[in-house]
Amino acid sequence: MAIEVRIPTILRTYTDGAKQVEGTGSTLGELLADLDRKHGGLRERLVDDGGLRRFVNVYLNDEDVRFLAGLDTPVKDGDTVTVLPAVAGGAF
Amino acid sequence: MLTIPQDLRDKIVAHARADHPDEACGVLAGPSGTDRPERFIPMTNAARSPTFYEFDSTEQFAVWKEMDDRDEEPVVIYHSHTATEAYPSRTDITYANEPGAHYVLVSTRDPTIAEFRSYRIRENEVTEEPVTVAE
Repeated sequence: MAIEVRIPTILRTYTDGAKQVEGTGSTLGELLADLDRKHGGLRERLVDDGGLRRFVNVYLNDEDVRFLAGLDTPVKDGDTVTVLPAVAGGAF
Repeated sequence: MLTIPQDLRDKIVAHARADHPDEACGVLAGPSGTDRPERFIPMTNAARSPTFYEFDSTEQFAVWKEMDDRDEEPVVIYHSHTATEAYPSRTDITYANEPGAHYVLVSTRDPTIAEFRSYRIRENEVTEEPVTVAE
């Protein structure tokens, strides 16, 4: 079973430069835990005590998982999960 | 150094003026590895705020996917400050997550003068760079 996970440039230090890695799990949360076993420290960049970090976007196929079930979103073989850091900023 | 065609610079400034007093934001895409901004992509500021901007997440996904399909990358990420200097703020630095991009800031605090400046933001450090406007 393999779920493709696309990694943004800024997180490729955790994947030895790979822009795409594979993982398994039946929910997004399980998938991230699986990835963290192979790429230590990656999960912490995506998840904090409150769930998915506020300024990191995670998509299941082409939907933002915030509009699905967050970390409980079911994932399956053949899905693609994409991570994109939010682009944001401001006056202060 | 940022080299940018005149028409793209003008489009960024026009976008900033049009969205004032909210912050405007967007991307200039260019062919991967060339450092050439070619395609103007104004983005929705999902925060719609005079002091904060954030790309809409669904729109960002579509734009990033399209750039990937076209073998492009975000050469410039721009946004405006509506009452402060065209210099990266602490939040600008915190959320600068495209190490290869030029971060362009426009200030619309003056109605007649548009401040247009460019920076590299890497590992929480800001380095201003010269802007060359080409034909």
